[in-house]
Amino acid sequence: MKLAIASGKGGTGKSMVAANLAFTLAMESQVSLVDCDVEEPNLHLFFPSDPMTRDVTLPIPVIDEFICTYCRKCGEFCRYGAISVLPKKLLFFADLCHSCGGCVLVCPENAIHEEPKRIGTLSVSTPLSGLKLVTGMLDAGSPLAVPIIHEVKIETSDDPIVILDTAPGTSCPVVEALEGCDACILVTESTPFGLHDLDLAADVTERLGIPAGVIINRSDGKDDETLRFCAEHDLDVMLTIPFSREIASIQSRGDLLCRVHPEWQKEFRSLFTKSKVLAGGEL
Amino acid sequence: MKICITAQGADLEAKVEERFGRAPYFIIADSETGSFEAIANPFINGSGGVGPKAAQLIIDRQAGVLISGLLGGNAKYVLDSAGITQYVYRGDGTVSAALDAFKKNALDQVN
Repeated sequence: MKLAIASGKGGTGKSMVAANLAFTLAMESQVSLVDCDVEEPNLHLFFPSDPMTRDVTLPIPVIDEFICTYCRKCGEFCRYGAISVLPKKLLFFADLCHSCGGCVLVCPENAIHEEPKRIGTLSVSTPLSGLKLVTGMLDAGSPLAVPIIHEVKIETSDDPIVILDTAPGTSCPVVEALEGCDACILVTESTPFGLHDLDLAADVTERLGIPAGVIINRSDGKDDETLRFCAEHDLDVMLTIPFSREIASIQSRGDLLCRVHPEWQKEFRSLFTKSKVLAGGEL
Repeated sequence: MKICITAQGADLEAKVEERFGRAPYFIIADSETGSFEAIANPFINGSGGVGPKAAQLIIDRQAGVLISGLLGGNAKYVLDSAGITQYVYRGDGTVSAALDAFKKNALDQVN
């Protein structure tokens, strides 16, 4: 079971939901929690532990100018503008390179080989006996988040229960995280922004063919518009979490609602059961 | 000498375009003969790296000078490496006006 937690709008409570769900399930099952928000991962704040960390690299071309004849085939092939071939000089822009390897293939002189370039890290830890936490982190200044998300997903590809906390929005990093998931929980809040971005996110899950349900977080009880939207789009409202200063305070000190108030574990267990139904599994 | 001006249209009366890599047209004017050539920018809708690609294009056309508004770091690096001097044109004048300003030494060099 691969369950993604996503949202259009940022700050709706994806990580709060992912952390509490993983904490609750880890009491009786083996759970993998994956932080796919590699530009600003935060789940490790709720589960402090000593991780094993390794580099994530991408191959980038290295061009031997002694062999190069400045024939320009590589520069013409590169659709990302990463290679400029001047009459007697070659310029390479590592930040524009997408590591497609095409320049290596088209070089008639075999003047190009690839070397690894670090773009970020992948950390694995076991903060609780039933919980494996995998965190991808993109290096500052590095532009490609998708390859790191790909890597953290491979790290958990054979695990029985995987909860993936995605980045906010609807761009490539979110699509990469959602790809191959059995179901998706969309976390929203009862504000006009929350609803607007829920609409966008629901469109993404629909296009990817991933069954989705909704959590309304920080509900002030005036959720009519959101409820109407969900009914119109056949999205089950799986859980409503009230607007509460106490919950916000638990969250902001890095604690977990389900640890401080164990009665909430029932709600999150029921959320997981509904997710399995969403994914087409049996109860 | 050939002078490249980024333009919104395909002739000398077109407005100067302030962006370099995503300029609709590159006007290559020959200061000796007074003739010009307009090249539609093939990279205008490119997803990225359009600056270096546009720079390569005007290098291939043997331009010695570029007149534009904004220039990214990667494009500037390619143009510098090829020895193309870059000048800034501000305002919403035509390509002709920018060329006149260049000939009167009224434009600042990009540094």
